[in-house]
Amino acid sequence: MIEQLKERVNADAGLVRRGRFLSTNFLLEVGSTQWLINIVEGRVSSVARGPFVMPSWSFVLRAPQEEWARFWQADPQPGSHDLMALIKRRVLKAEGNLQIFMANLRYFKESLAKLRAGVAA
Amino acid sequence: MSASFEPIVGRYMNLELLGRPHRLYVEEAGQGVPLLCLHTAGSDGRQYRALMNHRDIIARHRVIAFDMPWHGKSSPPAGWHDEEYQLTSQQYTTMILEIMQALELDKPIVMGCSIGGRIALHLALEHPDRFRAIIGLQAGAHVDPYYDLNFLHRPDVHGGEVCAAIVSGLVGPKAPVKERWETLWHYMQGGPGVFKGDLHFYKIDGDIRQRVAQIDTARCPLFLLSGEYDYSCTPEETMAVAASVKGAQATIMKGLGHFPMSEDPQAFIGYLLPVLEEISRTAGKG
Repeated sequence: MIEQLKERVNADAGLVRRGRFLSTNFLLEVGSTQWLINIVEGRVSSVARGPFVMPSWSFVLRAPQEEWARFWQADPQPGSHDLMALIKRRVLKAEGNLQIFMANLRYFKESLAKLRAGVAA
Repeated sequence: MSASFEPIVGRYMNLELLGRPHRLYVEEAGQGVPLLCLHTAGSDGRQYRALMNHRDIIARHRVIAFDMPWHGKSSPPAGWHDEEYQLTSQQYTTMILEIMQALELDKPIVMGCSIGGRIALHLALEHPDRFRAIIGLQAGAHVDPYYDLNFLHRPDVHGGEVCAAIVSGLVGPKAPVKERWETLWHYMQGGPGVFKGDLHFYKIDGDIRQRVAQIDTARCPLFLLSGEYDYSCTPEETMAVAASVKGAQATIMKGLGHFPMSEDPQAFIGYLLPVLEEISRTAGKG
């Protein structure tokens, strides 16, 4: 499912345009599963599934599998509907160089919401 | 399409505030019982545009919204360029009372959202006799910081982009697209460090948990309206205030978020009208 990020983000021209100054690697942890996501000028260039031996990344977003599952529901409940809501509830941990995450916060919020059920590529 | 004008009139008011000259922007519409509206942190009085265009409300109320200093079309005071803006409870309270006096408002209803909802609790506690009634939107007694506020004001993060992105999830998911993005645009337009400076009051200085139970609703009725998708001031936090203040009336607004009057005016007004009716029925009896 996480692999679909590439197709869904890259199909949204507005989202790619807003991310045109963003090139980075970030780590997404869904429970114990790691995903390394590479972005080049706003396009998702690769989504790789861990475990990894020596992953390099700028920041990591880490939450239990069931929290991501609630976030990715088509119509999430209050408190599960936004990355900042998860952070407020202390279930999503953001660590690393968060300047990249915060400077592109709208991009990351909208990109990860692309994995919601019912979102077309 | 022919041009049309809204009933809203805006003026600039010059007044001495906190010992310094200020130039403030004030909008109003309607006639009747004054309804003084306080905007959220990092935004401005445009959040109340729909109320000031609502025929039934402005037929019975003089609806007023001012842009706080540093916000919207109000200027920061001279000398601002060498200062760090940080809002405090004392400054915020003084500002509201001084502006009320300047506008010659006699016992207005005050309605504030978020930081405006918090200061409404302070006003209910400290100046109940100055108001006909107090309406707190998204009003909680305290919010712990849940992200590093420094990201709101640093040169390698665009202030307007990050402020809007921080609050975007506070808009209810079903809010009309037009009103959602109008609400976020206001955040994108805020001056550098202003949202952060407001949050000094919201998350640090303005904590009223220890005193909120002392609010006397017999002296000034208190109404609380909160949106269910708000994770900044959660419904639970509003209900905690309601539970500790005897006589406070609280309603959780289905589907709405942190900016009810701006993100989904139609849904919000549905919740507001009964409150205004109740105030008109009961206020002044005491």
